[in-house]
Order: sequence, then structure tokens, then C-alpha cells
Amino acid sequence: MRKLILLSFVTSISLAGNAQVNTGNFTGNIESVFQYLNEDTLIGANQPASKGLMNSYMNVFYTQGNFKAGMRFESYLPRIQGYPNRFDGTGLGMRYIGYANDFVDVTLGSFYEQFGSGLAFRAYEDRALGYDNMMDGARLIVRPYKGVVIKGVYGYQRLSFQKGLIVHSEGITRGFDAEVHLNETFKKLNDAKLDVVLGGSFVSKYQADNNDDLILPENVGTYGGRAKLRYGKWSLNAEYVQKEQDPSSDNGYIYNYGHAAVFNLAYSKKGLGILLSGKSVDNMSYRSDRTKDLQDVFINYLPAMNKTHTYNLVATLYPYATQPLGEIAYQAEVLYTIPKGTKLGGKYGTAINANYSVALRPMQHMSGINPNDSTGVSYVGRPFDSSDSLYWQDININITRKINKKFNIIASYFNIRINNDVAKISNDAKGIINSHVGVLELGYKINAKHSLRAEVQGLFLAKNSDGSIQDKGDWATVVLEYSVSPNYFFSVMNQYNYGNPVAGLRTHYPIVTCGYIRDATRFMVSYGRQRAGLFCVGGVCRFVPASNGLTLSFTQSF
Amino acid sequence: MKKITLFVLGMTLFTSVFAQEESTLKQVPSVQLKDLAGNTINTAALGFEGPVVISFWATWCAPCKKELNTIHDLYTDWQEETGVNLVAVSIDDEKTLNSVPLYVNGRGWEYLVLSDPNGDFKRAMGVNTVPHTFLLDAEGNIVYTHNNYAPGDEEKLYEEIKKLGAKK
Repeated sequence: MRKLILLSFVTSISLAGNAQVNTGNFTGNIESVFQYLNEDTLIGANQPASKGLMNSYMNVFYTQGNFKAGMRFESYLPRIQGYPNRFDGTGLGMRYIGYANDFVDVTLGSFYEQFGSGLAFRAYEDRALGYDNMMDGARLIVRPYKGVVIKGVYGYQRLSFQKGLIVHSEGITRGFDAEVHLNETFKKLNDAKLDVVLGGSFVSKYQADNNDDLILPENVGTYGGRAKLRYGKWSLNAEYVQKEQDPSSDNGYIYNYGHAAVFNLAYSKKGLGILLSGKSVDNMSYRSDRTKDLQDVFINYLPAMNKTHTYNLVATLYPYATQPLGEIAYQAEVLYTIPKGTKLGGKYGTAINANYSVALRPMQHMSGINPNDSTGVSYVGRPFDSSDSLYWQDININITRKINKKFNIIASYFNIRINNDVAKISNDAKGIINSHVGVLELGYKINAKHSLRAEVQGLFLAKNSDGSIQDKGDWATVVLEYSVSPNYFFSVMNQYNYGNPVAGLRTHYPIVTCGYIRDATRFMVSYGRQRAGLFCVGGVCRFVPASNGLTLSFTQSF
Repeated sequence: MKKITLFVLGMTLFTSVFAQEESTLKQVPSVQLKDLAGNTINTAALGFEGPVVISFWATWCAPCKKELNTIHDLYTDWQEETGVNLVAVSIDDEKTLNSVPLYVNGRGWEYLVLSDPNGDFKRAMGVNTVPHTFLLDAEGNIVYTHNNYAPGDEEKLYEEIKKLGAKK
């Protein structure tokens, strides 16, 4: 009898044990950044009252079979510079539970999602920027047939994070999206040369009319369709969305409809790629709270149509973002690799990348329109109907060549014009700032593990018509980086505003950075002055705010 | 005595369970992504035999491109010797997403390229910054990761890939 008990006991333990072996899967990451900042009036960097600042967050995601759950703790003690100034405290910034199989995927709690190219709906995060318009509510994704995806979302967006708690937007957001990849869905089309994806979405927000003077639409819809076609080496994708009347603080409470349209035509084969893109945006600021501004509670995403630059002087001085109230933009890009073994291509081939982008003010037709009448419509805008008023233009070319096993070289030229009256980037300039930037990057592999990298950059501004210097004048940047694979790097950078029209402001921005990497763990220490912008060092790119002082950062993935 | 036997037995079982738990390696979470041809791919079932390298990159990330172009030059040899496959996961969002096929074909990459425009897979894999590279063994367990690229890192990665080959 006892043996029986023992046996059953052992069996039950071992059964429980077997069940326990499948403990599910944990993944996640941690990032912690500490800053000790000095006062530096010359570059406009302030010392915060607390002197030290620290941001941290940790994601933990858990899946077991079809079950999933996840959360993120966030901590701002207080927040580092560049983050939205109302973030404070420690607490849960994101949490969800869900169930997913091949047919359904349901999530309750926080989630991120994008419909099509995001013109109608995109909930996403960029922790380095402090951007997070996550949805809090419910999401259902259904995949009824192969190639068919139907999504429904319902919830409140995250607006802020205060005293360790999520603060939601006032308005509710809900949406529905369906997409069919015809070639996957219909057997007959499996091997068709023409590949077709069709999709459509409908998004709506509700916010009570809280304005005493105006009768505001409380439910505002945005809807549209998209298509992706591919034929051999050619592809074409396009999306068009329309937004209903949405008077807001962004558009000055006008009752116009809005629209956004994008298309991309591409041709690519081995060694050659060509892309032509166009975008038209009119009155498309779409937020779940009509009174908000800056980057708060955007429901949709309007991508800027230009290359994302990473060289310090190109990325940080004159960057461009979409004008949500209206712009018409075009982009053309070519990438060609001169084959290896040819005279021009050299032993390893040479890659040439050229890119052109332009953004213009849209035409606003006023004839027959009385902006003060009861309709509240202030102008008529049509898709791709642009004026010749320039917002932005970027012409750049980049040549990458490996000379031999040890040496490689990248030479680049950029001409960037930005309309500072519209896309304000500087308080010291008027009209169009016209800059020419040259960058030479050299890489030298000392041996299997040790390597050197150097960048020399120069930014030259065209003079104003009266001969005076534009904005802050000319700049130069030098970067030297020494890395020991796979664990260490050491880098020195200096930015020098030698051409500043004010002699006292011809400032150096030196910064020293060291890093230690082991597998998925990174420690980084840097000291010096930093301008804001997309900043790449030690093999990683991220956005950083302006500062003078010490920065320690730690990241870990698991 | 019996109680002791029971206790010992229980403990042994418990420890063996615990040991098993410890040896349970981490797998790739399941996220539905699109390849460049528009087909839906489940990241937890990539369908390769042998080891797989998952490398997160973006068209605006210079070190990422350096890493993938360096491996591109070595890829034929790597595949012949170890049967490894590389999956390049682009985290480009809508702003630069359309430049991805342009870059991939323009540089002649032979990798499986997946797009993760809203960062769903990036988040699930705990990626803070790019480049970030993961090595999976033939059973799909994550056996090595590295969050950086410096010239020479590809050799360390290849050593790790070869270790998997030796296990067979």
C-alpha cells in the first residue's frame, strides 16, 4: 500500500515536473541612462536642479503556447533631457495579456499597431525619443484564410506618464482594417506573375464637444484604401486616405476635409535599385484630443519623404519633419553597384547611392470660398496640387568602396535647403538655409580584431543675398574611433562651429566615448558636449538631446 | 526511513526538473512579418535547416550595413561550410521602408529579408539598438547574441556558428 502511495506520489511529482519543464519563454530588455550635467551657457545647456538625471525601463514578455503577457516598468528620476518634461515617477508604463494561434490573436491592455502605411492609424513607440502613443484597450486580429488579415482596435491612447502612472488621451480611438494578398489567398493566382495586395481601413475617434463657441464634430472618421502590385522587377504601392471634418487647435478650427496620399514606384535587380516616391498631405493632423500639439496623441503617422541621415553634421543641424497641415513631396533614389573585377568597380565592387527629395507648399484655392461663412471651410486643396514655394530640398550622393582587405572609403556630398520660416530649425536664420556638406569616412583594419575609423566632415553655408553669413555659419567635425572586436570601443569626436558670425560663439563640441560590449550587454560612458540629433557611435545609432556632462548607459537584452 | 526515502526521491525529482528547466534554452517568439515578396513569415517557424543568424538592421544604420555587407562577401563560404542562413530584419519604418528592397538588391544580398516596420519583432526580441545579431541552433534555440558591430565581429560570430556544426 505504502509502495503504491509512494508510486502515485512520485508519478504525480514527475507529471507535475514534466508540465513544469515547459515553463514558457521569457524575453525582454533593460535600458538605463544616467546623466550628470554641467551648466554650459555657451551652448544653451542647463544644469538641472537635481544635477543627476536617470531614465530606465525594462520590458518583460512572456509566452507559453498560445498564451502571452507582457509589461514594461518605466522610471524617470527625473527624466533625462530631451524627454517630454511631464514624465516622472516609477511604475507600469505598458502591460497586456493575450492569446494567439494561427487563426486569432487577441490582446487586452496595451498594444502597438499599424494599418497599411500608417496614414490612417499607427500606434508606436520610440523610447530613445520618449515618443509613445500606445493604445490601451482591446485588439483582435483574425486570419480566416491564407493571405487575409482582419484587424480591429479599440482603446485610449497613452498621452503621458505621471507619478508612475499612464495618463490617457481624452478621446477614444477605434479602427478596423482588412488586407488580402490575392496570390496567397487564391490558389489559381499562386504562381501568377502579377502579385497583388489590397487593403482598406476605417478609423474613428470620439471626443465630447467641449467648446462653447463652436459646434464640433464629436466623431471624426478617417478611411481609405491601398494597393501593392509587383510584377517581375517592378513594384508599385499606393495608399489614399481621407479625413472628415476635424476642427482642431492644429488647423485653427477649420471644417475642411483632409487627405493624405503616398505612392512608391520601384525597380530593382541585382546590382541596381531605383525608387520614385510621391506624397500629398493636406490638413492631416489627426489626434485623439483636438486641443493637443507637438507629438502628443497622434492617431496617424505621416512619414517625412527624405533620406534619414546619420553623419553628425548632416543629421543634426538641418533635419526635416512632415508638415501635417500640408505638403507635397517627391523623392527619387538610385543605388548602383559597379561590379567587382571591373576597372571602375575594383576588386570588391563600388556602390553608388544618389538621392533627391523635395517638399513643396500645396496650393490652397480660395476662389469662391469665404473663410468666414458658416461652412467653416477656408480653402480647397487637391491631391498633388503644389505651389513652387519650397519647404525642403535634399540632393545627396554617396560612394562606398573597399580598396583592399584593410582599407575602405566612403565619400559623400549633400546639398540641403530648408525653409526656416515654415520648418523652423534655427532662431538665427530667415528664409531658406542652403547648406553644402562633404564627408569622407575612412576605415582601416589593423588586424583581425583591431580597427580604426575616421570621419572628416565640413558644412558650408551659402551667403545671404546681402553677403552676410547665414544662420550659425560653417562647421567642421572630426571623428576618430578605435575598436577592439568584439568587446571594446573608444571614440573621440569634435564639432567646431568655426564659421560662426559671432567670434565668441565659435565653439568646440568635444566628446569622448568608451564602450564595453559582451554579448547582449552594453556599457557606455561618454563625457563632453553634445548637440541634439541622430548620433552614431561604437556601432549603434540613436537620438540624443543636447547636453554638457557625463552620460552612463547600460543596456541588456534577455 | 520511508519518509527519508520519499524526501530524497522527491528532492532528486525536483532537482532534475530544475536542471531541465535550466537547460531549457530561449526560443524565438512568434511574430508575423512580411518578406520582400509580400509573403507572411512566422518568425518562430523560419523553415531553415541548420543554424540561423537573425540580424536586426536599418537602411539608416551605417554599422549595420557594414556588418551585412562584410558577411555578404563571406556568405557563400559560410553556407557551404556550415549550412547557415541569415535573416536580415529591417526595422525601417514607413519613412525609409521603400528603400529596403532598393538597398538589398542594389547590394546583391542573398539573405531572407523581413520587414518589421512597427517594431513588433524588435520589441519581442528585446532589441534596444541596432545592429543586434542573434544566432540560433538547428533547433531554434538562441545560443549567442551580440549588440554591436566592429570589424572582426563577424569572425567571432562565425566561430560560434562553427561550434554548432561540431556538436552534430
